[in-house]
Amino acid sequence: MDPHFQHLYDILAHAQGYIFPNEIDLQWGILIVVYPFITGLVAGAFILASLERVFKVKILKPTYQIALLTALSFLLVATMPLISHLSQPQRAYEIMITPHSSSAMAIFGFVYLWYLAVVLLLEIWFDYRHSMVVWSNEKKGVMKWIYKILTLGVNDISPRTIHWDRKLGYIITIVGIPSAFILHGYVGFIFGSLKANPWWSSPLIPIIFLFSAMVSGIALVMLVYMIVSYLRKKAIDLNVLDAIGKYLFFILILDFTLESLDQIHRIYEAEESFEIIKLLVSGKLYLTLFVAQGLIGTIIPLITLVFLQFYKHKIKLQKTMYFIVSVLVLIGVYSMRWNVVIGGQLFSKSFSGFTSFKVGLIGLDGTLMAVFWLVLPIGILAFLLWLLPPWKMVKEED
Amino acid sequence: MKFYIPPQITRLALAFAIFITLFLVLRHFLVPKTFGEYGHYRGASLIDNAQPEIHYAGQQACFKCHQDIEDKKAQDVHSEIHCETCHGPGEKHVVLSKTEKILKPAGREFCGSCHVINAGKQKSMINQIDLNKHNIGKNCIECHNPHQPWEMKK
Repeated sequence: MDPHFQHLYDILAHAQGYIFPNEIDLQWGILIVVYPFITGLVAGAFILASLERVFKVKILKPTYQIALLTALSFLLVATMPLISHLSQPQRAYEIMITPHSSSAMAIFGFVYLWYLAVVLLLEIWFDYRHSMVVWSNEKKGVMKWIYKILTLGVNDISPRTIHWDRKLGYIITIVGIPSAFILHGYVGFIFGSLKANPWWSSPLIPIIFLFSAMVSGIALVMLVYMIVSYLRKKAIDLNVLDAIGKYLFFILILDFTLESLDQIHRIYEAEESFEIIKLLVSGKLYLTLFVAQGLIGTIIPLITLVFLQFYKHKIKLQKTMYFIVSVLVLIGVYSMRWNVVIGGQLFSKSFSGFTSFKVGLIGLDGTLMAVFWLVLPIGILAFLLWLLPPWKMVKEED
Repeated sequence: MKFYIPPQITRLALAFAIFITLFLVLRHFLVPKTFGEYGHYRGASLIDNAQPEIHYAGQQACFKCHQDIEDKKAQDVHSEIHCETCHGPGEKHVVLSKTEKILKPAGREFCGSCHVINAGKQKSMINQIDLNKHNIGKNCIECHNPHQPWEMKK
């Protein structure tokens, strides 16, 4: 039998109740789970960096550049899961050259471009320009020229110009905070605005996406900070972890409250779609929603973070616990993306049946591809940390 | 005091100007010529879509030769089912009826693709048969005339 039909018959055997023919196979697979996850990491990491810059949280200084470079590494890859999900990836550019104003996805291309080119690249450039000029004078050979190109030929390091670097960087950060909110709020909007799907269609979805993005980004920066310090054989500053942990705690509480609010709202409204959603969350999404997202990703980290605010004895244990918390939070947010994207496609719009989803391993839409897009930013981050090491930056007096 | 523009600003403005110009130039060459001719799509795609060869002839073409089947079909429950639903695309047969033979499906499986028992279908809309119980071993068309299912054969 034709492999396509074989595939359809295989899933059809797992369908329950009554479903429409076009619901047998999921249109959006694991790559569409990875897309909001990566975009969320970007927005979250940037917002943590902005905290330091705008609100002058001195203690977070060691994580500032790490957060910015983490945001950039993941942003560079953010659209790739979408592009590799297309049947005709070579035509992906068309959405940019002939965008349709009624298409939420087409406008995302420009939201993304704004954030990449006007916010993140500029902020990093203003931050590193002074150091890059110094490095281009110190280094020899190819590296000298790479730094020279990166400075765009602005070699002036007089106090007046450097003062402008800081001033302009500050303005970009101010513009950047709402931009980061828009970037990830927009990803939430793409799902929340789909009125045909009761699991997605909610004005709260963009806000929930935004807060879970902040949670995941902060957890990621905490993790990267610990790993980078470990690899550089430098002591991890517990005060930094405590400070990040505090932000993580507050935002995780907000995120948890908002998600609960959304669910309570659904339960109390109990619209006609409620019966099928009840079956969905208590059945197919039980493990990923209650166990992975609720227990592992929210409750355990919250309790541990409260505990860590009081427990101040064994430093090594505290650090290990922060490490575990950040990993658990990342697992939790990934599960949240899974529950939204996959969960929303598992029940039939007839509200009387379910289809099933089996993740493939290979192929353009498979697990290996998703893992590749999640690992690639880590490689890019390693490269950026080597090219633009925050610990070798030229110190500026305040 | 002379108005001061930091060198970063002028250089970045230049970089952005180059980027935007490059985008516009690329856009100029990449947007298909007929884009927007009729709407927000490539006008020439209509010509592309008209190119594929025709597979289905439509039942009026069948009835030109098979008047008897039309009469039979009209009297029974399959009257609304078009010929090519069961017989497959027939354009080639219409053009070259001597050499291109039309598909004549038979077998329990084929009829079962519509008539197999299925909880999701309304029994009042379509007759459903449990293939594991109903006259096992016999082919449907041994008793039923597919063009006139309730005119039972002897």
